[in-house]
Amino acid sequence: MNSSVIIFPGSNCDRDMDVALKKFGFKNEMVWHDDEQLPKSDLIVLPGGFSYGDYLRCGSIAGKSKIIKSVIDFAKKGGLVLGICNGFQILTETGLLPGVLQQNKNIEFICKNVFVKVNSKNNKYFNSIDKDVLELHIAHNEGNYFCTSDELKMLKDNDLVAVSYCNEKGEVNEKSNPNGALQNIAGIFNKEKNILGMMPHPERMIDKYLSGEDGSIFFKNLLNNFK
Amino acid sequence: MKIKVVVTLKNGVLDPQGKAIQQTLNGMGFSSVNEVRQGKFFEVDVNEKDEAKAKIKVEDMCKKLLANLVIENFEIL
Repeated sequence: MNSSVIIFPGSNCDRDMDVALKKFGFKNEMVWHDDEQLPKSDLIVLPGGFSYGDYLRCGSIAGKSKIIKSVIDFAKKGGLVLGICNGFQILTETGLLPGVLQQNKNIEFICKNVFVKVNSKNNKYFNSIDKDVLELHIAHNEGNYFCTSDELKMLKDNDLVAVSYCNEKGEVNEKSNPNGALQNIAGIFNKEKNILGMMPHPERMIDKYLSGEDGSIFFKNLLNNFK
Repeated sequence: MKIKVVVTLKNGVLDPQGKAIQQTLNGMGFSSVNEVRQGKFFEVDVNEKDEAKAKIKVEDMCKKLLANLVIENFEIL
């Protein structure tokens, strides 16, 4: 149950992720982006934030950093790689996940709780979660998921749309789409489902007094895969 | 040698900043503005004397970093 969180210049959810992973029993290490080797890990997390100040395009510079080669090798061997928010943007920029996160349709930075529908439980991230709708937090300016029609077909045909923005009842509709994302897509898998990129932050929902506990459900389930 | 590159969003890709600029121009009285598309301009100084060779290098840079070909086109000027 070893995890590693990669820190890029401008990451700002790296410590929250560290706290969350440790709370649920992971032995976590923080890894600097300029390192070339990953510590022995069962899970690699690319955290949220604003790596390299979002210069050029969100995640584009981080996607070329030294450590990313090791992350790509790890992912291609089937290791679990989780990208949250900026981490999701980095995963699309490296080509590990298809598509791109564009600026929100309404040109606003959005910071609020949202509901997401869990579309796929045939994977290690959501396999034993009883709930179909999770309340999670989003905080982003570029979360408007877009991909080509061929890529969208590939995602849907292979059950790779992990989570979609919805309302409290789990209805996926335009009203519950916060940022203009194509078909309310909030997170996707790669074909092998070992890589998950999603805009919502489970690490911000791990305390029943401060936020909510749906993030706790996510991390507990993730850990159960390694028991 | 300095090579100039323009990166633009592909047709059909939503450009909310361009839309906001267009609406602002319309509001300022430039009522003839139908659409604005915002892009990026790069000037890349390449250590290369042969222009053709320099442009081949910059094209590779565009494909690998400067443009995201899912949503953007690039043009080397």
